[in-house]
Amino acid sequence: MWKDKAMRLLMVSAASTSVFLVVLIFFFLAKESAPFVLKPGLSALFDTQWIPVSFVRERYGILPLVTGSALVTGLSMLFTIPLSVLGAIYIAEIASPVEREFLKPFIELLASIPSVVLGFFGLMVLAPLIKSLFGLGTGLTALTGAFLLTLMAIPTVITLSEDAIMSVPRAYKDASQALGASDLQTIFQVIIPAALPGIIAAIMLGTGRVIGETMAVLMVTGNSALMTWSPLAPVRTMTATIAAEMGEVSFGSIHYQSLFWIGLVLLAVTFVLNIIAQRVLVRYGMMK
Amino acid sequence: MNTRKEQIIYWLIRMVMYSIVLVIGYILFDIVWNGVPALSWEFISEYPRKGGAEGGILPAIVGTLALLVGTIAVSLPLGICSAIYLSEYAEQTRFTTMIRLAIITLAGVPSIVYGLFGLGLFVLLLNFGTSILAGCLTLACMVLPTIIVSSEEALRAVPRGYRDASLALGATKWETIRTNVLPYSLSGIITGSILGIGRAAGETAPILLTVAAFYLPRLPNSIFDQVMALPYHLYILATQHPEADKVLPLQYATALVLLLLVLGLSLGAIFIRIHFRKKYRW
Repeated sequence: MWKDKAMRLLMVSAASTSVFLVVLIFFFLAKESAPFVLKPGLSALFDTQWIPVSFVRERYGILPLVTGSALVTGLSMLFTIPLSVLGAIYIAEIASPVEREFLKPFIELLASIPSVVLGFFGLMVLAPLIKSLFGLGTGLTALTGAFLLTLMAIPTVITLSEDAIMSVPRAYKDASQALGASDLQTIFQVIIPAALPGIIAAIMLGTGRVIGETMAVLMVTGNSALMTWSPLAPVRTMTATIAAEMGEVSFGSIHYQSLFWIGLVLLAVTFVLNIIAQRVLVRYGMMK
Repeated sequence: MNTRKEQIIYWLIRMVMYSIVLVIGYILFDIVWNGVPALSWEFISEYPRKGGAEGGILPAIVGTLALLVGTIAVSLPLGICSAIYLSEYAEQTRFTTMIRLAIITLAGVPSIVYGLFGLGLFVLLLNFGTSILAGCLTLACMVLPTIIVSSEEALRAVPRGYRDASLALGATKWETIRTNVLPYSLSGIITGSILGIGRAAGETAPILLTVAAFYLPRLPNSIFDQVMALPYHLYILATQHPEADKVLPLQYATALVLLLLVLGLSLGAIFIRIHFRKKYRW
């Protein structure tokens, strides 16, 4: 029996690593960014300018990066939500079984295209297109990034929304049709409302993905840390800033600490989105 | 019951779906069409020359494969054991809830944050330096939640009766798992894990901070070496290279090799899944 107990212990400790890892991630991000609180102080983060390397005065305001991320994410969700929800409705309710067998792996395929390859495609094809379409000086804009992020969010949101739609009890559909509703009325007035909590959770998880995406936005959004709400202006996101600048900082410097602060903000935002999404799923009994 | 108006709406939804498919198709087509002419045996078997402007990408391919193998070696045993605990041992306790919450949290952490974490813990504190070891450990943390979730699903798919029968014959819990649960769920575990790990192979952000070398035309000697990696190499060629236009064919060819590697893994996993779905039916 000792072997049985030993194996059990092994499995418990393996499973505990996940908890341990979460604690470690929070701890390390906090540890590396902590000295910033003493000098130059937390208020420096709320500056409206991000100029971490300067001969005059360095400024560590992450606000332009936050608005950059918010702009790109917001735009991308504007495209993602209608496309994905309609896509999920199509796969779950309208497509023939043969079509479904083809469409589902195809969407999964999109999920496995590396983000750097999508970024490369954006650089080669999408950016020139946007440049000539809007007559801009550069095609590297928030909109370009948003399009690529839409491609990255679509698989997550379609797959999870489709799960939500599929989990609506068949009886709802039967009852609706027995009352004389047409297929379309049944979809939009019975099935979608019933699946709504799951769809909302899917959208939130998709948003979390989009905020955290790094390479594609780094390559196509133009990387200028300006505070702007124009979709056709170049912007710089939080993730792109970390990726672009971490290679050049000296470890432990204030610049280094400020990059960890950005990481901490990213972690907090995605953590909250994730937890709320799970709450919604549990609350409406949609957890598998 | 379908009126004309409904038919039109159906067609509109169908158009949305197929325009997504068309865009995906076009991306794949663009990479393949422009990448194939530049692809040659020399390209995948030679060292890069002149800062990546000429020659091949052998070190980047080897680097990515090394990272892949290392990531699997760390994350697979850990992930499978976690899944076994969750599916076979765990009761509805607060400890279990905490583990599930942690897994959900890990799944949502952005890849660049894993990069920061890897930099802080593996590269600096544990003093591994920017190395294959630091990169593999970072990537392993990142894919762990995917592996746990898909493995648990595979384990739970094994019917209860298999376990009951084994226990009734006097086998211990572990013997039951080893002989009556794991063998039947292994294919599911492997395919789910490959899908997760395939994604890690294409990730750039975490390795940017923990392993990747800009230009290193030789093969690694030990796990403490830096390596080149395909996704990072593509990023450098496309955005940082002084003569980005001249190396365009090389960029497309690199993108194609990376795409083939990742899609090959994913497609392989999907085929294995279809194959085993036919083999085991309960």
